[in-house]
Amino acid sequence: MAEPVVELERVTKRFNVGQPNETEVLHGIDLRLSRGEFCAVMGPSGSGKSTLLNLVGLLDRPTSGTLRIAGVDTGALDEAGLTRLRGHEIGFVFQYHHLLPAFSACENVMMPMLGARGFPDADMRRKAEQLLERVGLSPWRDVPPTSLSGGQQQRIAVARALVMQPPLLLADEPTGNLDSASADKVFKLLREVNREQGMAILFVTHNAELAARCDRIVQVVDGRVAAGVVPAQGRDSCIALR
Amino acid sequence: MNPVLPFEWIVAWRFLREGRLQTLFIVTGIAIGVGVIVFMSALLAGLQANFVRRVLTAQPHIQLLPAKEVARPLGPPPGLARDAVEDALVQAPLQRTRSIDQWQGVAQQIRALGEVRVVSPEADGSALAVRGDASRAISIAGVDPAFYFHIVDVPSKIVAGQARLGPRDAIVGTELASDLGATVGDKLRLSAASGADLTLTVAGIVDLGSKGANQRTVYLSLHTAQSLLGLVGGVSSIGVTVGDVYAAEAVARRITAATGVEADSWITTNAQFFSAVSAQTTANTTIRVFVALSVAFGIASVLVVSVVQKSREIGILRAMGISRGQVLRVFLIEGGLLGLAGSVVGAAIALVALALWRRIAVNPDGSPLFPITMPPLLLLLALGVATVVGLLSALAPALRAARLDPVVAIRG
Repeated sequence: MAEPVVELERVTKRFNVGQPNETEVLHGIDLRLSRGEFCAVMGPSGSGKSTLLNLVGLLDRPTSGTLRIAGVDTGALDEAGLTRLRGHEIGFVFQYHHLLPAFSACENVMMPMLGARGFPDADMRRKAEQLLERVGLSPWRDVPPTSLSGGQQQRIAVARALVMQPPLLLADEPTGNLDSASADKVFKLLREVNREQGMAILFVTHNAELAARCDRIVQVVDGRVAAGVVPAQGRDSCIALR
Repeated sequence: MNPVLPFEWIVAWRFLREGRLQTLFIVTGIAIGVGVIVFMSALLAGLQANFVRRVLTAQPHIQLLPAKEVARPLGPPPGLARDAVEDALVQAPLQRTRSIDQWQGVAQQIRALGEVRVVSPEADGSALAVRGDASRAISIAGVDPAFYFHIVDVPSKIVAGQARLGPRDAIVGTELASDLGATVGDKLRLSAASGADLTLTVAGIVDLGSKGANQRTVYLSLHTAQSLLGLVGGVSSIGVTVGDVYAAEAVARRITAATGVEADSWITTNAQFFSAVSAQTTANTTIRVFVALSVAFGIASVLVVSVVQKSREIGILRAMGISRGQVLRVFLIEGGLLGLAGSVVGAAIALVALALWRRIAVNPDGSPLFPITMPPLLLLLALGVATVVGLLSALAPALRAARLDPVVAIRG
């Protein structure tokens, strides 16, 4: 069995703890994601998908339960430790790419490495250029991201998430704002990276067609993982899922 | 990307460059503030330095004078009560030209003080200068050139003849020479109130820079003046110069305490000027504080807006593993850079204003009204203070940026 990258055991998340409007958003989630797994997360709006992703992405802490990332129990880490773990083990792609307009496409891709190493160097640039070539944006490496299309900008965001070669990539509706052709390109790119590098991917989406192309689908309903994880249907069974 | 610059500097610089217009406006604001402060400070320092220079090139820093004569009421005649006084009114005594008691010993005592540079005994008094039918009331300054010329640089002010003070020589002011029609080598008769009479030769004519002084000053050798004024072996004052001119008052007090002789510093004799300087300095400091405050609030407001505008980018940076400390430093550096850039431009503005001032504020003969310089230390101080103000004013927005919850920031 492949080594686990994400392990959640009875994880709960409550907001406004101790106040009259205290709300439990996640109720005892158990989830395990192994290296090389491409897992779709689906569910209606407000079901807790984003909260789950924020917890796994170490942007927020669970109220109770255990969360391990790459074997590290995150409950024992302080703010700085979480930031370090996040920087080295997790890549993010969001619905809105949020690229830095003050930097070129290549510099945006370099940014996580620059933050981690402190000073720019030639190796950083080479890696960023390789990734841009990989996502098909090599000719635009020196232009500001604002001059590119939405699909192109999202591919730069993917390259940025990959530059640290993290074992885990979290994608929060990365195709939500893209036309179907661009969405397909971005998904294929994530799939390739997942297969070539054995990167675990948690892919939040409302797109059932894309979800069906993942290894498995996790349904989140009312803050719980719906009973039983939907097994991977594979590319050929997409139609059946629809 | 510059490989020498660290991450925080690169991001701070790019953020500033991205918000060009905002950056330009705030840098201009800071520059105007710094320019005004630097120019005003230079102007004030120039005014003060000019006055001090003028005053101190014509007088000693401290002057020792003999104690004033006082009339004491007579004691009660024998057999009368202690408080029985013949007359309640005591007439003020006449102040004769008198010598400082034991002046040689006093001078020696003063010379032993560490801060003292020159000690010059003088015999000063008034007399009448007569040449032919013309006569003028004059002030006699009997000096020992070996000491006095280190206090007032008479040789550099000589316009005719030489700064020679032999037993029969006199150096006279330009106006007095002109009034008496005397030139170098001419004879001059000086009559003191005591009846003493001396005929001297004009050895040099001096321009002391003031019409009043030029009209009445006559320099004689110390011994000649002592004979003329009836102060044989005595001196009517002792001039003293010290290393730090602003410490003159403290040194004067120490001299009085040590010798018992009344000592007036140039600070006491020019008290009015110093109170004006003090008022100017207070006003200048108040202006500086308020300009610094407005600069600080300007920088803070620009950075607060920048943090709000960039909150999503900050959130993403945090998600990428950028620490709170790194985010904090980015905005602190932005504040510091704004302060530094503004102060550099401000210093340039001040230098231009100074050049214009030098062109505009001139005497009728084209010479500057008074010399103003821009000390490099003042410029460095302005740069340093503005940068620190920039850093401090960036603290609140930087903390706000560093504390941004990435989840909230990304969601917008």
